[in-house]
This record gives sequence, structure tokens and C-alpha cells, in this order.
Amino acid sequence: MLRGAGARSRPASALSRLRRAWRRSLQLRVVAATVALGLLTVSAAGAYLAQEISQQLFDSRRDQALVEAARGATDAQDRLDAFDAATADEVQDQTRVLLSQLEGVGPDRDRSVLLLLPPDNRNPAAIGDVYRPGTAVLPSRVPEDLRERVREDAGQRYRSIAVAQGGSTSPALAVGQMVDVPIAGDYELYFVFDLSREQATLDAVQRVLLLGAAALVVLVGAVAAVVTRQVVQPVRQAAGVAQRLASGALDERMPERGEDDLARLARSFNAMAGSLQQQIRRLEDLGTLQQRFVSDVSHELRTPLTTIRMAGEVLHEARGSFEPAVGRSAELLATQVDRFEALLADLLEISRYDAGAAALDPELLDLGALVRRVVDQTAPVVSRPGSSSVLVSVPEEDCSAEVDRRRVERILRNLVVNAVEHGEGRPVRVAVGVDDGAVAVRVRDEGVGLTPAQAARVFDRFWRADPARARSIGGTGLGLAISREDALLHGGALEVAGEPGRGATFLLTLPRTAGEPLTSRPLALAGAEAATRG
Amino acid sequence: MLVVDDDTALAEMIGIVLRGEGLEVSVCSDGSGALAAFRDSRPDVVLLDLMLPGTDGLEVCRQIRAESGVPIVMLTARSDTGDVVLGLESGADDYVAKPFKPKELVARVRARLRRSDAPEPELLRIGPVTIDVAGHAVRRGEDPVSLTPLEFDLLLALARRPWQVFSREVLLEQVWGYRHAADTRLVNVHVQRLRSKVEADPEHPEVVLTVRGVGYKAGPA
Repeated sequence: MLRGAGARSRPASALSRLRRAWRRSLQLRVVAATVALGLLTVSAAGAYLAQEISQQLFDSRRDQALVEAARGATDAQDRLDAFDAATADEVQDQTRVLLSQLEGVGPDRDRSVLLLLPPDNRNPAAIGDVYRPGTAVLPSRVPEDLRERVREDAGQRYRSIAVAQGGSTSPALAVGQMVDVPIAGDYELYFVFDLSREQATLDAVQRVLLLGAAALVVLVGAVAAVVTRQVVQPVRQAAGVAQRLASGALDERMPERGEDDLARLARSFNAMAGSLQQQIRRLEDLGTLQQRFVSDVSHELRTPLTTIRMAGEVLHEARGSFEPAVGRSAELLATQVDRFEALLADLLEISRYDAGAAALDPELLDLGALVRRVVDQTAPVVSRPGSSSVLVSVPEEDCSAEVDRRRVERILRNLVVNAVEHGEGRPVRVAVGVDDGAVAVRVRDEGVGLTPAQAARVFDRFWRADPARARSIGGTGLGLAISREDALLHGGALEVAGEPGRGATFLLTLPRTAGEPLTSRPLALAGAEAATRG
Repeated sequence: MLVVDDDTALAEMIGIVLRGEGLEVSVCSDGSGALAAFRDSRPDVVLLDLMLPGTDGLEVCRQIRAESGVPIVMLTARSDTGDVVLGLESGADDYVAKPFKPKELVARVRARLRRSDAPEPELLRIGPVTIDVAGHAVRRGEDPVSLTPLEFDLLLALARRPWQVFSREVLLEQVWGYRHAADTRLVNVHVQRLRSKVEADPEHPEVVLTVRGVGYKAGPA
């Protein structure tokens, strides 16, 4: 069965390979077109030549035959007139001798001579048809229409016929003329010239022509192949170089040889590659500069901020001994320094993403345990009397995945804090799901919710659904934007859905192997709510 | 203790905070003078900024480490880059990322200053390595091995419970004194440094074993 399948598929695959080669190879198409055109031209020329040669051969042989036949007929008539026969039998004997003399002897004999009785000769002394016994040309071979025409007038008449010879037929030329046989009356005299020698010549000529044509076509094909190769080769080379350039080998160049069009192509190609390389280098330099700038800003801002912060804390610790207004100022200073620091940290993180400098540091972690820990650490920090409780459900399966602990913790913290803050005191449900390729964490609150227009913007930087409200809660306005970048860096996704007044749902899906693309969704963004609510 | 930082405001502020904790503080404001200041004041802890004019912070770290096992805590503004690993590899025991809170700094410094109070005479053994706890000395066979206090604490933590596999988080808590999860790179770098001193072949360790996906444990006694 296997073999059958193989045998079936092989011609199909050969055909498809040919089709692909046809599509992909300019050289193949040019050669094929050239060969086809060459074939057409050569066959037309060959056919014309063959035709012309055969005509010439035939014409010259015919002219010669007609002359010989005319001379033969005159000779025959003279001899017939000179017969001294008294009876029909004597006439017949002498006619036989005459015919054999006319045919000639030896291997060079190329004609048969027949003396045929016209049907309108009712002479009782007629001697019937006379011909050499054993001849290949029987009287029946002489066509009736030729005989009629010969009988109609006294002149020479001829026609091409086919003569059977040892199983095959060969061409021949029959030339006829009326003669007067003593006693027997009017007779038709036919010379049938064998043309097989001319045919052989013609065959040979045609063979040579055919061979020449075939050789010519092959030659033309080869020339086309060589010429197109000379043109296609640099094009292929250019394509290869372009491909390598595109995949990052910016130093790739085409060899420039000579001053022809292809050299010009190579030169302009190289010029293009050069200017591209320059542009890319400049962009890269800019990127490095940007990263350096970010890094420097980070250092330069952080050192004074540290001092401010320490001073603030010292003042804050001592606020009990201050006047109320000064004490409150110290408090405000401390909290706002915290906020400033959070903002700075988030800004730096975002600019790191913008500079493309964020790198993943994956390790194998149990997402279930991570979620539980983040919830345990986060919920108490943000919870106030009457705020939402957080319910966690983790499946029993292994929820491990290769993730960057710092980033995933940051995402989860953001989502949980966000849900508790917007949960309006109703419970927040955190679910973990897993399948072969991915792990997912869904955080769902039943609070104020989101309109679709708001959902489309929650990941925007510094965007707030309700400016007045959100600012009192705090946060930098960059948390979800960073979380989204964190998820994307893992090759995962962070999605949101919501309904005003009914809550919002955030779904984080991460591939279990770092860097693999997401192929499945262990949890759905919406829909399972009824089931969980049960 | 010694504070090496080119930012005088920050150095002064650190001084204020640490003096408030009852510590004696001297300040050096550039890298070239750091080693002299260290030899001068013989501090119990060094607080070292990684970005310094004159001699680079990493170089200062190496110089001090070359002549002393004194605890070194780095101050860094770039906790997320390779700088931290470089600093740890140059011999620092711990780091504090700017901007830090005074309490955090004090906790880090205290953790480095902490000494086990009058340890019992105790002799522990991992493979060819013997640890004299009271004498703070480690030998490999007959040869003494010179460990910094932190490396000693790390080896001791593993040796005291040879049956236990320590996760990096647990080691951070026991050896470095972190109460919350911190940078596990600290553990990785110090385990490597410890191995380079106590192992015959650090590529194939037999004293400090890695348990893949979990952490580290002591080799068989």
C-alpha cells in the first residue's frame, strides 16, 4: 500500500516540481521559448527545403524520362514498321523481343516497357497485352485515366504511380504513347520508370535535413541557456545578496566587474545597500544614544531623589514634635516622594520598552503559587474596610511556565490592585487556567466596569476612565501600559473586556515556553461567568 | 563604617541616618582615595557607590576585597542591569538600589554587621571541607580556605542542614536577612564565588550542589 502511494505520488510530485521550476526559473522559460520558436522556424524551413528538393529531383527525372520515352517510342515505331511478320503470332514474338530490347538488360535496367491493347481495338488479329513475364509492373498497374488520355491523342502522356516491389511500394513514372503495330493495329506503348533511386536520394536528404534541424534546435537551446545564464546569474546573485541583506548581514555586497549593464546593476545595488546600511547604523546609534540617555537620567535623578527621600523620612519620623502644619507637610512630602519615585520607575520602564532595551529573564515558575502569593501580598495593602475580597481558584494541574518573575508579578499586582480598587466592595475573582501550550490568569471584578470605548483605551499611557476619581486612588497611570508590554515581551497577551456597572475582566495569557507563539487559550475572556458564579 | 559616594548630599544624609542608629560613619567622596580611607578607618562595613569619579566603584570593590573580607554593600541606581552582577562578582556582598528608604539601608547594614553571638564550638564537614564555626575558619583537607563573612555564612547555612535543599529565596532570608523576596542573582553570584574557593573543580561541584529548578544543597559529608 505504501509502495502504491509512493508510485502514485511520484509523477505528481515530479509534475509539481516541474511546475514550480517553470514558475521560478526565468532561465527555463527563456530556453523553452527559444527552443519552441527555433523548432517552428527550422521545421518550416526544413519542410520548404524538402519539398523544393523533392520537386527538383522529380522534375529533372521526369524531363529525362520523357525524353527517353519519346526516343524509345520513335525507335519502337520504326522497328515495328520494319517487321516482316505475316501472322499475329510472329508479330507477338517480334514484339516481345522489341520490348526486351527497349527495357535494356543488366542491373542498370530502370524501366519496364508494356504494350497494351486498347479496349476499342476490335481487330481479330490483335495480340493482347505484351509485357516481360515476371515484371514488377503488371498491366493492371497502369491507371485507367492515363490510358484514356493516351488513347485520346497521339502525343506523350505521363503520370506518377506506385509499384509494388517485394512487399513495399516504390514510386514510378508511367509515360504512354500510341504506336501502330503491324497486323494487330493501334496499341498503347508504356514506359514505366522506376523512381526508387530518386526516392532513396530524397530520403537521405530528408534524414540529413531532420538531423541538421534537430542539431540546430539543440544548439539554439544551448545558446539561449548560456546567454540567459549570463544575465540571470547576476540577477540571482543580486536576489541572494538582497535576501542576506534583509536578514541582517548589512555588509553583503555584489561583486562589480566590468562596465556593462550588469555591472551598473551591481553598482547601483551596492550603492543602495550602502545608503541603507548607513541609515540603519544611524538609527542604531540613535537607539543606543536613547538607551544611554535613559540610563543616565535614571542615575542622575535617583541619587538626589534618594537624598530627598531619606530627608523626608527623617522629617516624617520626627513629625510628632513639629507644629501640626509642618508635621502635615512632612507627611505630604513623604507620600509624594513615594509617588514621584513610582512615577519615575514606571517612566524608566516604559522608556526602556520604547528603546527596545527590555529583556526577558525567564525561569520555570508555578503560576498558581505565584498568583496566590501576589494576592496574599497585595490584597492587604490596598484593602480598606468594605473593599472587595479576592477569591482565587487554581486548577490542580501543573501550572508551571517559563516566565520572568519580576514582570509577571508586576502584571498580577497591577491587575489585582486595579480590580480591588474598582471592585466597589463586591468580590474579585482570580482564576488560573492551563493547557498544553499556555497558562492564563483571569481577574474579574463586579464593580464600575468599562464601556467598550474605555476598554479600548485602558492600556494607553496616563489614561484614566474618570480623572477625578482615579487620581484619588493613586497609581502612576502607566501600570497597565507596562503590564501590556510585559505580556507582549513574553509572547503572550493581555486583554480586557467590560460592561458599565457590571464589572471588568482582564485576561493574561502566557506561553508555557518562553518565546513560543501563543497557540491556545486556556481561559476565555468572557462567557464563563455564569458557570463560576454558579 | 565607611561610606564611599561622590554625591556629598547623599553621603551626608546617609551619615545622618546611620549616626542616628548609633553607628560611627566616615565618608570618602572619590574612588582614588577610597582604599586609603579604608585602611585608615578599618570599618566593619563599607557602603560603596558603583559610579565614582577617579577609580571606578568596581575597581574599589576589588581593591578592598583583595585585602579584606569586610562586608561591602553597593549603592546602585541601575539594579536591573548587569552592573549589579558585575559588582557582586567584584566582591560585593549585597546591594541597595537607589532610591532606598532609610530603614532599608539600615536593615542591609545591620544584616552585614550581625554576628552570631558567641557560637558554640562546632565542627561541620561537607566532603573534604571542614568548618570550624567558633574559629570562623574553613579548611579543604589540610589547606585553609579564606572566605568572606558572607561566604562563610552561606556555607554554614548549607552545612548545618545537609539534608535540606535551600531555595534561593530561603538563602536570601537566612544569609542576607531579606524578609521579602529579593534579587536571586545575589545567591547565584555568591554560590559561584564560594565554589571557586572550596571546590576542587568548580565546573563539577561536590560541596555546594545545584538542585535543578529548586536551589542548592550541601554535598554528602
